[in-house]
Amino acid sequence: MNAEEKKRLAITACKVRIGTIIGVYNAKSGHPGGSLSAADLFTYLYFHEMQIDPKNPQMPDRDRFVLSKGHGCPALYATLAERGFFPREELENLRHIGALLQGHPDMKLTPGIDMSSGSLGQGVSAACGIALAGKMDHKAYRVYTMLGDGELEEGQVWEAAMFASHHNLDNLCAIVDYNGLQIDGKVEEVAGLSPLDQKFEAFGFDVQWIDGHDFDAMEQAFAHARSVKGKPSCIIAKTTKGKGVSYMENAVGWHGKAPNTAEYEQALTELKAALAKLEAE
Amino acid sequence: MAEIVKKATRESFGLALVEEGKTNPNIVALDSDLAESTKTGFFKDAYPDRFFECGIAEANMMSVAAGLAACGKIPFAASFAMFSTGRAFEQVRNSIGYPHLNVKVVGSHAGISVGEDGATHQCIEDIALMRAIPGMVVLNPADHYEMTAAVHAIVAYDGPCYLRLGRLAVESIYHERDDYHFELGKGITVRDGNDITVVATGLLVQEAAKAADALKSEGISVRVIDIHTIKPIDREILVRAAKETGLLITAEEHSIIGGLGEAVCSVLCEEYPTKVIRIGIQDVFGHSGPAFDLLKEFGLSAENIARTVKQALNR
Repeated sequence: MNAEEKKRLAITACKVRIGTIIGVYNAKSGHPGGSLSAADLFTYLYFHEMQIDPKNPQMPDRDRFVLSKGHGCPALYATLAERGFFPREELENLRHIGALLQGHPDMKLTPGIDMSSGSLGQGVSAACGIALAGKMDHKAYRVYTMLGDGELEEGQVWEAAMFASHHNLDNLCAIVDYNGLQIDGKVEEVAGLSPLDQKFEAFGFDVQWIDGHDFDAMEQAFAHARSVKGKPSCIIAKTTKGKGVSYMENAVGWHGKAPNTAEYEQALTELKAALAKLEAE
Repeated sequence: MAEIVKKATRESFGLALVEEGKTNPNIVALDSDLAESTKTGFFKDAYPDRFFECGIAEANMMSVAAGLAACGKIPFAASFAMFSTGRAFEQVRNSIGYPHLNVKVVGSHAGISVGEDGATHQCIEDIALMRAIPGMVVLNPADHYEMTAAVHAIVAYDGPCYLRLGRLAVESIYHERDDYHFELGKGITVRDGNDITVVATGLLVQEAAKAADALKSEGISVRVIDIHTIKPIDREILVRAAKETGLLITAEEHSIIGGLGEAVCSVLCEEYPTKVIRIGIQDVFGHSGPAFDLLKEFGLSAENIARTVKQALNR
């Protein structure tokens, strides 16, 4: 990836983080930690990887994305807003009565949302259904789904994993946002996942590990995933929960809590400084 | 007059699905290792490319069906009622019901007539569970002709439906009705009468008709209404029956909690308070045994309906 594209993505991801914080602060609730950990991945998918058209969100041949870890939607909404699916101002109404942006993704309400999700484990199965329909109809679209690491504790994820490899869904790419934390603590202490790569391999996936904040690594991994034939792909992305806001990084308490006004201002100050630095480079 | 058909509604469903599949390429079927029993196996044989075996993983099956529906397919996702509505309740609720996707959830071997398998497989709560989901249409057809028409109707209807299938072969009741017309949400008057109304669904429609015929000779005039669509329910036919006969009995192979009986009570409480007696499973689990013996034991028979009618009328 050339430096200019990398800079464009980094700037966009910073704006996505700002939008995330604005949304969660105005909602006075929501999930900032797992949104910020996934912000770079959302940015890469919507600004570099996926074939989509914000002016035609229902384009039949578009690539699809299902946020199986639906609670990460503040950053997904901020990404969709940056991409032009709806105005940025909508982020201020997140979770409000009558809002376009629900507490978890709603496909019937929000442009750009391909599947309603939020109850953990279900989105990945729905993504399998979308991938299967693509195969049936000989469509070239790809289906991306993002899972939380804690979400992998849901049995349905592994039902879906068996289904995806049994049906050779090579148009499916599952991304694990492996930030290592869940509500009750460290994932390895709550219900350990190791060896996660071997688990997905045993279920018939092509597996890659990447740094989920490194756009070069994403470019390589997603290109490889596209080249895999006959089986689904899994990209395990090591991420930092709360990435980009100093006091939220790797702090389990920021899974599902909104910042107060002082914390909000500090977060914005930090992110705006980072943005200014990126733009000056 | 058409021919008398003695078939389980699951078999009628399987045949109807194959028929619908001929003209509608968007119909797909999913099953979770019970295709032989739910009769989606007929569809599998006819259109192997449109049948997806999901293995014993009902939760995944329901959400996969949601994904297929999001791409314009019309998935029929089948298992035993216990598993399609019970095991996978939350998937049906959140993956299918909440986005109002065009998935037809199919529950076979519903009620206690599963027989020997016993209580673990005798689902008596499926109607209650599915009724509670906003926007879900709930159907429980009574015979071959009604099931055939119901499958046709729900293919044409764009939205989530629950279709309940029975295991036992039942003799048709609608072969004698050349004017038979199926409409989603509309009850059917199977026998006219003025002394009392029996509102029945599924297997119990046949039993209620038999009871009405037997009581006729004793000078008791029983109206029998078939409610094939439990949600949305036909309020008008129920209120009219309450006004004209003054007393109702409901009959269903389901718990008296949350099923047809309570649906009828809700309508009448709001619109025309009338006494309702509920025949059904009286808040207990079933147990193993031959299906017909169980139906008799739990009062799901023409004899018990007739007895209840006479008690209610002090005859």
